Amino acid sequence: MALTGIQIYKLLPQTNCKDCGFPTCLAFAMKLAAKQVELSSCPHVNDAAKAQLAEASEPPVRLISVKSNGYDVQAGNEVVLFRHEKTFYHKPGVFLRVRDDESAEVIKAEITRAAGFQVNYVGRDLVLDGFAVEAVTGDVSKFTVVIAAVRDVTHRPIILMSHDPAHISAGLRLLDGEHPLIYGADANNWAAMGDLARQHGAALVVIADTLDGLTDLAEKLKDKGVNDLVLAPTTHHLGTALTLNTQIRRLALKKNFRPLGYPMMTLASHAPDPAYEAMLAAQAIAKYAGFIVLGHFQPEVVYPLLVLRENIYTDPQKPIQVKPGLYEINNPKADDPVLVTTNFSITYFSVANEVEGSGLPAWLLVTDAEGMSVLTAWAAGKFDAERIAKAVKEFGVAEKVSRKRIVIPGHVALLSGELEEELPGWEIRVGPREAVDIPAFMKQVLA
Amino acid sequence: MTVEIPKETWAGSVRTVTFGATASEGGTRTRSLTVGGQKTLPFLHFEHETPHPPLVAIEIKDHRPDDWSPLLLEAWGEAANDPVNWAKAAEAVGADVLVLALSLNGVDGQPTTPEAAVAATQAVLKASGLPLMVFGPGQPEIDNVLLVAVAEATKGERLVLGICEDKNYRTIVATAMANGHLITARSPMDVNLAKQLNILIKDMGLPLDRILMDPTTGALGYGIEYGYSVMERLRLAALQGDAMTQMPMVVTPGFEAWKTKEAKVGQDVPAAWGDWRERGIAWETLTAVTLIESGADIVVLRHPESVARLHQAIQSLMALPELA
Repeated sequence: MALTGIQIYKLLPQTNCKDCGFPTCLAFAMKLAAKQVELSSCPHVNDAAKAQLAEASEPPVRLISVKSNGYDVQAGNEVVLFRHEKTFYHKPGVFLRVRDDESAEVIKAEITRAAGFQVNYVGRDLVLDGFAVEAVTGDVSKFTVVIAAVRDVTHRPIILMSHDPAHISAGLRLLDGEHPLIYGADANNWAAMGDLARQHGAALVVIADTLDGLTDLAEKLKDKGVNDLVLAPTTHHLGTALTLNTQIRRLALKKNFRPLGYPMMTLASHAPDPAYEAMLAAQAIAKYAGFIVLGHFQPEVVYPLLVLRENIYTDPQKPIQVKPGLYEINNPKADDPVLVTTNFSITYFSVANEVEGSGLPAWLLVTDAEGMSVLTAWAAGKFDAERIAKAVKEFGVAEKVSRKRIVIPGHVALLSGELEEELPGWEIRVGPREAVDIPAFMKQVLA
Repeated sequence: MTVEIPKETWAGSVRTVTFGATASEGGTRTRSLTVGGQKTLPFLHFEHETPHPPLVAIEIKDHRPDDWSPLLLEAWGEAANDPVNWAKAAEAVGADVLVLALSLNGVDGQPTTPEAAVAATQAVLKASGLPLMVFGPGQPEIDNVLLVAVAEATKGERLVLGICEDKNYRTIVATAMANGHLITARSPMDVNLAKQLNILIKDMGLPLDRILMDPTTGALGYGIEYGYSVMERLRLAALQGDAMTQMPMVVTPGFEAWKTKEAKVGQDVPAAWGDWRERGIAWETLTAVTLIESGADIVVLRHPESVARLHQAIQSLMALPELA
């Protein structure tokens, strides 16, 4: 359990010496409980208390790193069950699984395609995080050939997948100097796998089909000195995965239950078919997975999954803003219309999407409304005639268009008078209130 | 050791709402459907059973739409030419519910008349026994005219009329009350606005078991995170006992997903976007799956293939996990 202020107070010297800057030890304890100060501010606390407090202040979900040559895929350090309560911090790593029953050539071709995959979403380049090599033949040499084939193509982190310590040992030797993720430790092999993980400084996945099984293995491995664990409930079923992931994360966050205070892994790769695999991966993104393994490289599915991951892991307190500027949609020419909107991401994407979908060319003038939507920004004084006029000048709209006509959102129709004064010589048109009506407006009113 | 599973106990629950009336209930539907009744977050059966699974609705139009993705028109083929065949085709692919979305204009380019709206609705009711939702074109004044005519002509069918927004809820709620229908109340991705609209509708006297709410969602990549969190917050509020957030939720991932460029457009897009057809279906189904996990009780879809995938997901989520 995370300690309460009163519990912390009992561990402090209780002298009210004020050396920490607070009037009483109790006040300091309360601040500690709220994680607003560091224990080091108290010069008098004894070592036993320090150890106890340090353990209690460990993050409820341990941060795990999977590393290779400049890449570092991290998961963990989450603090909430629902993103609106604060935010989700570490996006789950998305890995593509290959198996050792394929030839090195086939693997190389597949990995080359997948490693080259890149899509751009709101200015960010989305790619796969790494690869998982699964032993299915039982032949260690085939396993290492495939690992070497992956390494010939890409330096991204690798997950070694086998229940056999000999396979894992061979793989770890091949990836010497990296910190791959080992999948994994089960009830039979955990001791040997634990030794390997410790020797190579690699994180180890714990595999069991129940919370009891996971807890038991995690505790045994912890006792053995293996600190970096990942939990993999053995299920490829949406309902069971949702239940187990929810229970594990709740135990970690609400009960500070240490044995389950680790990131989780979802093996979407083992789903019955590719469509189900995509849904299982989507669920894993929203519901607490730290590592997701896909079995099929389908760009048309990886793309929406990576976008969903961006969306779910967006900090709700800091909405994505779009850079203010003059955006070109459908290759506009000098006589095409200028539409104005704000730089709130949803507003921008709604408008840009509608204009794009209409097939009609237009200039989209995105003003700096501090990331607020049209109505909110207008109410807050961040989207007014002055700001629109400023954007028109700042982004050189007059130099780009021959027809001095600008369309403002219907919600701010009352700005048109003022805007005419701010922009002499410009024709101010009032557009629709909702983005969805823009195509019709452009076709019927502006044409 | 045995780990004690942490369970939440909630004071509130989602309201149970039944729509579609059978012959014995004064309508012509083959069956009625019930949503809601949850006493915990979606699919957490270890805390409480989920009495009713989420439903998959298919959106059809009164005539072939000219602004839909070619992929959708190709998938429905000839059936999309008229609402009768479209309704039958939607039922054949396994839709639980039909949504008839009326167009602003008829095929002749003239505004849709109340008579045409009624004719289309009655034709759909005749073609399929599935419970039906009827949405206006989305312009308050026109919605009012068309939906009142539809509501009066279908008295007793327990249709769901939509979409009520703060601007036009009065007329639609009044006609729903007078004709034994239900309504869906849409608010723009905001917990308080959703509550406020529900309160206004309740204050008109419509019984709470005849209100669905649509907190609005965005598609994947286009604001789904806002819709997702608003739905989670509404559902948490409902479970905490806030009566004005306890309406079952209906959302339209089909409409949202299929207007994105990723789903709608197949040409002049980056090669990394992959296969167009599968991308479109994935965009819709992954949006919808994410939303049923944040509390959606009805998802309105557009592609026939998505129906089967959502049903597969729902069946899996409704199954009691085998936990040793």
